[in-house]
Amino acid sequence: MRFSDAFEARFTEMLTHYPTKRSVLVPTLLFAQDEVGYVSEDVIAELATRLELTTLDVRNVMSYYSMLVTKPRGKYNVQVCTNIACTLKGGDELLSHCAKRLGIGHKGTTADGQFSLEEVECIGACSWAPAIQVNYDFHENLDVPKMDAVLDGYAKK
Amino acid sequence: MADLVSHPDEVKVVSRRFGLGAANLDRYLELDGYKAVQKALAMQSADIIEEVKKSNLRGRGGAGFPTGLKWSFVPKESAKPKYVLCNGDESEPGTCKDRLIFEHDPHAVIEGAVIAGLAVGARKAYIYVRGEYRYLSLIMQKAIADAYGRGFLGKNIFGSGIDFDVFWHGGAGAYEVGEESALMESLEGKRGIPRIRPPFPAVVGLWGGPTVINNVETLASVPHIMLGGGEWFANLGTPRNGGTRLFCLSGHMNRCGVYELPLGYNLKKMIYEVGGGITGGRSLKAVVPGGSSTPLFRADEIDVAMDFDSVAKAGSMLGSGGVTAIDDQTCMVKFALRIIKFYQHESCGWCIPCREGTDWIKKSLTRFHAGGGLRKDIDDVKYLAQNMLGRTFCPLGDAAAMPIISIVDKFRDEFEAHLEGRPCPHAKEGDAANALLPMLAH
Repeated sequence: MRFSDAFEARFTEMLTHYPTKRSVLVPTLLFAQDEVGYVSEDVIAELATRLELTTLDVRNVMSYYSMLVTKPRGKYNVQVCTNIACTLKGGDELLSHCAKRLGIGHKGTTADGQFSLEEVECIGACSWAPAIQVNYDFHENLDVPKMDAVLDGYAKK
Repeated sequence: MADLVSHPDEVKVVSRRFGLGAANLDRYLELDGYKAVQKALAMQSADIIEEVKKSNLRGRGGAGFPTGLKWSFVPKESAKPKYVLCNGDESEPGTCKDRLIFEHDPHAVIEGAVIAGLAVGARKAYIYVRGEYRYLSLIMQKAIADAYGRGFLGKNIFGSGIDFDVFWHGGAGAYEVGEESALMESLEGKRGIPRIRPPFPAVVGLWGGPTVINNVETLASVPHIMLGGGEWFANLGTPRNGGTRLFCLSGHMNRCGVYELPLGYNLKKMIYEVGGGITGGRSLKAVVPGGSSTPLFRADEIDVAMDFDSVAKAGSMLGSGGVTAIDDQTCMVKFALRIIKFYQHESCGWCIPCREGTDWIKKSLTRFHAGGGLRKDIDDVKYLAQNMLGRTFCPLGDAAAMPIISIVDKFRDEFEAHLEGRPCPHAKEGDAANALLPMLAH
């Protein structure tokens, strides 16, 4: 299975950082997901071979981490935080607004494959609540009009 | 990314380079960067530990354990390599300070990690950054690479004859990995299941070697202690609570933001003066003083000095520095439900009291808030929470139980207001709260 050159360079370098091979597993799963779109069967098999683990072992680790998914999702994964600081500042309203606008629920994906929606736990933006992440990008101090502007921006990309 | 704020009462130590471009190595050097590590290289390891002990620096991750004492637990001789592990898996709801340190002062974290290594005899450090913080991980990676480029890391650092490596590591989404033993499991490429202690990480940690685990803010404080002296740092705070800390103000305050204030700063003043009071001219109902796992204060209980000992004496915890203000329009049953929903989601399921307790409380509170509550549920929720306390491998069970117990105790009238099928007194038209009952059918 082929990953990008940047992936391979990072993978090779990271292996030198630890006394055991499997230590690179968690960050590597996430980098593989970034390239493939999700943790596919091929990714699991490939990493198991490279790190001398069973595929069961890789699946076992993978299922623990909430950012790792086994099915494709939208190009832009809209993650709305509704934890304590965000819920006090309107995070729930943002979530229901996104659900209505995109026509999808928690962990749903739009038919055109552009957007996915996810209600997430604290993303560390409490002082700038309510906040969301779209893929890895933070958008903070939002309200419904600002949320629309953010979504418009991604829709145009 | 995240906006910086300031207030005249701030004492900037850890945040003194924020906004000054110190992620750039040359700029960092202009701002006294890498002087502390050179000073430490000329010192005996016991003297470094002594200086940190003198500073009364206590762990900024939440537990508040004295840092110098923690370092002194690492055995001098060890057959296995020793390690330093920087905990940057910041995920305690209400906490967003390590983000600013990574973004504005990444070299201070590296420097702190190296000094910790010199103190305990470790020659390798890992800086674990949570998976969601991708841009910060990139900043950290660049900072580490730049430091290697100048010979500040790697072979023979600063011509001292000592080799020292610092590596970054990344998570993939898990609150529990912020717990020290789960953090080590995650770094070893496993599920973040906590380890039973003893043995403590200082003796048996990463790959079986003695390991010092410190929070980002703790390590970022260390270079300042080396340069300013332990006594100077200690005097910034209150007795046994040295220094300042980054308080993350969130919730219903007019000027939310991350402020660096001396330990012992009054909570009431923090909310009304630094935070600018409660939004919309409403009044304060409750405060979460140190992240979502800490027992809440009622509005009449906030005349408290914000240091570890005073907050503990007042019945809560200084925790991770996340101060969340809650106004009088908020339903505390719904707030309790949101807290337990989080812990239920994050429980790894390893310990039964936590796995079953969080789930059961979540189900009870969901039904309760939707108007299907019985009077006995109020005590049952508290009883369930009490039976999680101290009965789990890691503190996640306690973290879930403590705020719930405090909300039941302090806001019992709000639970009673939901009884007999009455709608939530704080529900607005079209509020999601009103839609909860049909949800129960599923």
